Amino acid sequence: MHCDQDDATLVQYLDGELSPDQAIALQQHIGECPRCAAEVSELIGLKRSLRVARARFTPTTEFRRKIQQQIAKPQHSWWRTRFVLTLATAAVFLVIASVLWMQHSHRPDSLSEVADLHAGALASANPVDVVSTDRHTVKPWFQNKIPFSFNIPELAGTEFSLLGGRLIYLHQQPGAQLIFTLRKHEISVLIFQRTAELAHALPAGGGIEKHNSFNVETSDAQELRFVVIGDADANEIHKLAQMIRTANE
Amino acid sequence: MDLEFFEQLALPLFDSLYNLAHWLTGDRMEAEDLVQETYTKALRGFKSFQEGTNLRAWMFRILRNTFLTSRSGLNARNTSWLEDEDMDVKLIAAHTDTPEALLLRHENQQTVVDALESLPAHYREIILLCEVEEFSYREIAEILSLPIGTVMSRLYRAKHALRQVLRASAPGRSQNAL
Repeated sequence: MHCDQDDATLVQYLDGELSPDQAIALQQHIGECPRCAAEVSELIGLKRSLRVARARFTPTTEFRRKIQQQIAKPQHSWWRTRFVLTLATAAVFLVIASVLWMQHSHRPDSLSEVADLHAGALASANPVDVVSTDRHTVKPWFQNKIPFSFNIPELAGTEFSLLGGRLIYLHQQPGAQLIFTLRKHEISVLIFQRTAELAHALPAGGGIEKHNSFNVETSDAQELRFVVIGDADANEIHKLAQMIRTANE
Repeated sequence: MDLEFFEQLALPLFDSLYNLAHWLTGDRMEAEDLVQETYTKALRGFKSFQEGTNLRAWMFRILRNTFLTSRSGLNARNTSWLEDEDMDVKLIAAHTDTPEALLLRHENQQTVVDALESLPAHYREIILLCEVEEFSYREIAEILSLPIGTVMSRLYRAKHALRQVLRASAPGRSQNAL
């Protein structure tokens, strides 16, 4: 049987490079042509024998690790970058938290000073510099001593009475401390100019706060900041704070 | 392409890249250098590598081009890797009973290795890409930077040459079989 089949086509057939149509036609031919069948058979054998070339050489474990590290290396630095970024972020948060904590803790400190001023005045043999139950006497006394003026509320008809006043300093700022009595309770009203520093040290608007055994209320009126502190009932402290605020608005 | 993705795709090619590198260079140290340089180049270039294209063929192309410019690539013929220490690959027995299949089934593994080794480098290379790595002709054309027609004709000639060497190494059997 004459066969003009190209041997290269048989190689391509076994390499799976013929189109399905070509492959089917060639399969048919191989079934009829002993020469091509023998050729294909040998080529199949050759393919099989070449499997010996697969994985003939295997890399050492040491070299494998080296390449793994080489590929993983940029990822390590990426990981390191992430780690550093995370640390940096944590550090920033820590700083912010510290600042916030210090700001926060600053406030009790200032409140402690206020409480000290109050308690100190009461413990003193001369709790007030100006002894007067008359608000019209107390107020002028502060003139030229402090760089601001304030109004003392009308106490007639209330249970509060004025004991007197004295000059105080908080955060290097001069202020007025008025001492009121309510039955057996003494209540201090501290009045300052609302500078940025003081406003920061003594934030207002938080309502009644408990500090040690005292009730404290901090509030604003005009450019003034008032701190009302005493061992009286929270409602009474609040009531006095309201009266002070109203008088100065 | 993502670096992690590259690692996932490129690392599994390590064994076959090394195998080909060792076949090409005939020396463990040189094969290691070749593989390492291939990964270095691939790492440097993978960002420009288009996802969806053939990373495996791309890596082998880098390996092959690196080999061509290496010392052993220039002296490709002067190789000697005839040690037989890791010959644990067994030939799979042929299921056909044709004389040629029987002949090749009984062929000594070392004879095949020797025959492959004795081939011109460009024949050995294309046979390894086709038979060991099972690349398509199109991929081989890409790796070797050749027209596909040249791949077909070179592969045919390479296999023909290999058969001639194997026949020559076992003339008695070959004659009996034929």
